[in-house]
Amino acid sequence: MNMQTAITMTAAETALVDGYTAQIGELPGEGAVLSARDTLLADLRKQGLPTRRVESWHYTDLRALLRSVPAVDPTAFAQRVDPLVAGSSVLAVLNGTADTKGAPAGVNVRSYADSLVDGVAAADLVERDADDAIGRINGSFVRDGFEIEVAEGTELEQPLELQLVQSAGQSHTRFPVTFGANTKAMVIERHLSVSDAPSLVTTVCDLILDEGAEITWIILQQQGDADSHLAQVNFDLGTNAKLRLFVINAGGKLVRQEVHGVTTGEGSDFKLRGINLLGGETHTDVTFTLGHDVPNTTSTEIIRNVLLGRAKGVFQGQIRVAPDAQKTDAKMACNTLLLSDDADFSAKPELEIFADDVQCGHGATVIDINATHLFYLRARGIPENKARAMLVNAFVDEIVEELEDEAVIEPLETIIAAWLETHA
Amino acid sequence: MLEIKNLHARIAEDGTEIIRGLDLTVKAGEVAAIMGPNGSGKSTLSYILSGREDYEVTEGDILYNGESILELDPSERAAKGIFLAFQYPVEIPGVATMQFLKVALNEQRKYRGEEELSTPDFIRRVKEASARLQINPDMLKRPLNVGFSGGEKKRAEILQMALLEPKLCVLDETDSGLDIDALKIVADGVNALRSPDRAVVVITHYQRLLEYIVPDSVHVLYKGQIIKSGDKSLALDLEANGYADIIDAAA
Repeated sequence: MNMQTAITMTAAETALVDGYTAQIGELPGEGAVLSARDTLLADLRKQGLPTRRVESWHYTDLRALLRSVPAVDPTAFAQRVDPLVAGSSVLAVLNGTADTKGAPAGVNVRSYADSLVDGVAAADLVERDADDAIGRINGSFVRDGFEIEVAEGTELEQPLELQLVQSAGQSHTRFPVTFGANTKAMVIERHLSVSDAPSLVTTVCDLILDEGAEITWIILQQQGDADSHLAQVNFDLGTNAKLRLFVINAGGKLVRQEVHGVTTGEGSDFKLRGINLLGGETHTDVTFTLGHDVPNTTSTEIIRNVLLGRAKGVFQGQIRVAPDAQKTDAKMACNTLLLSDDADFSAKPELEIFADDVQCGHGATVIDINATHLFYLRARGIPENKARAMLVNAFVDEIVEELEDEAVIEPLETIIAAWLETHA
Repeated sequence: MLEIKNLHARIAEDGTEIIRGLDLTVKAGEVAAIMGPNGSGKSTLSYILSGREDYEVTEGDILYNGESILELDPSERAAKGIFLAFQYPVEIPGVATMQFLKVALNEQRKYRGEEELSTPDFIRRVKEASARLQINPDMLKRPLNVGFSGGEKKRAEILQMALLEPKLCVLDETDSGLDIDALKIVADGVNALRSPDRAVVVITHYQRLLEYIVPDSVHVLYKGQIIKSGDKSLALDLEANGYADIIDAAA
């Protein structure tokens, strides 16, 4: 008799597996794309959603946290909103359907649905590693997205906004983006929710920065209180390429934002700046891994978290320095302002250093509002609640100010101030 | 304007009594200097006047324009016109100096039922006041007090005082860390605010500041009590002879 016990699937697992069977006929792509999807789904079915026993998911037990998966809703309606920064070029994804109109000069945009149909996308639909639940779910269900190429030497004067608007149901999109040599651009990946209905949104962005590219990529996640958001950014930095990645989480019930990068060109520099505004019942996880694979590359990571209510937050940051990656300079910091006794935050920094001539450091702090700062503001006539809001704002505004561009700083500050006003 | 009656106060956390039966009266228009050796309770007194919650008043009262202020929180006291120039002004990264000044001014005005200042009016006032105090406008673009030298911080305190136009100014060791030029600028700033309806309490270790801000009265604080009061000659006396004689006489 076979004593092996079959694992009972959770409601969410069942919904995903059954949903795949129901949708597969209409998901774009055949042949290699279809078999890649089948492989990913088979792994998902076999392994289930990751639990806390999987190390990289230890603080975000997806199996327990993803209680349900909203049904695909073909009737859901969403429309474009004004861009975050006036004058931006906007490429919209409405309820998971991408509209390729709106690309600026020098930027070639193709629908990812087309890449799925003609099979080009098959090579993308693989797992990063055995624990890549996001790649697995996204790759099984991906319907659309943009394949973007920024031509060599292009300097975008205005930001390019990828505007993902979701009203209900599911959205699974992918964004392979290549920034040619010596390009300069600011991209705003913006996730918005326009209804209270629950959504499941997954995205995978694969960014390649060629030699000398200088890119600022801002992820502004403002999904609804009932939404699940599973996102992954993978990047590869060529020689002297510079990527500044800002991650701002100000919404969502269950959020996991993964960032995985490698420096493959000497002289490259990576900056991660994170602001997690966590209130209510949210569980938000930012998980980051970076491989310094070649000599003379630098990185800094600063994550600022504000927690209210019963929010739970996670930051995992792993920096690996390869044996010949001498002169690596990497610094990581995670600072948390814990404003509620019922909130909690887990920070897990990891350094794996195999080279001997490097500078690497990490630090994590958990603080309350500084009593002396608060007294100083109050002693100037500022009432306590207003003074507190100013200090919380100051804690995250230091990060926003690093953008050094008023056109984007101002709308971000407005969003942060509004969030603090609603939640504090 | 200010009447402190038999004030007793202690550190809230551990109960250490710092102020032990302090009496002091300062009239409108008066500049009163409070001097005393280290640990006599000078800074504590300034914090208690401005309402810092780390200290508890256990006995006595503080009357400001005839009304007890003990139940008022720091922002209410400030809006009513009590200003403390800090011995160590606090650096607050992330709070822009101009935004801070504007919020402080307008919150005080709101509390008093006055109209908020328009932005141009606000900027004009800041420009005028900072020019008088020889404050470089670039300083005001920085976060509050961040990267300011000791002298710049003290000048920034006086700038805040000039803009907020308080009725009772408490200067806690404003001379500490100042070179002679900065001391003169700060003293000029304070002297410019002297008026018949405004009182100034100058807390200081040394007589030096009192050469520039000439007091109407001088009070010696020791072990939480005023043990001697006099006119400005008392400060000179202390400078020449130290505190020992007065302390012995009071004992």
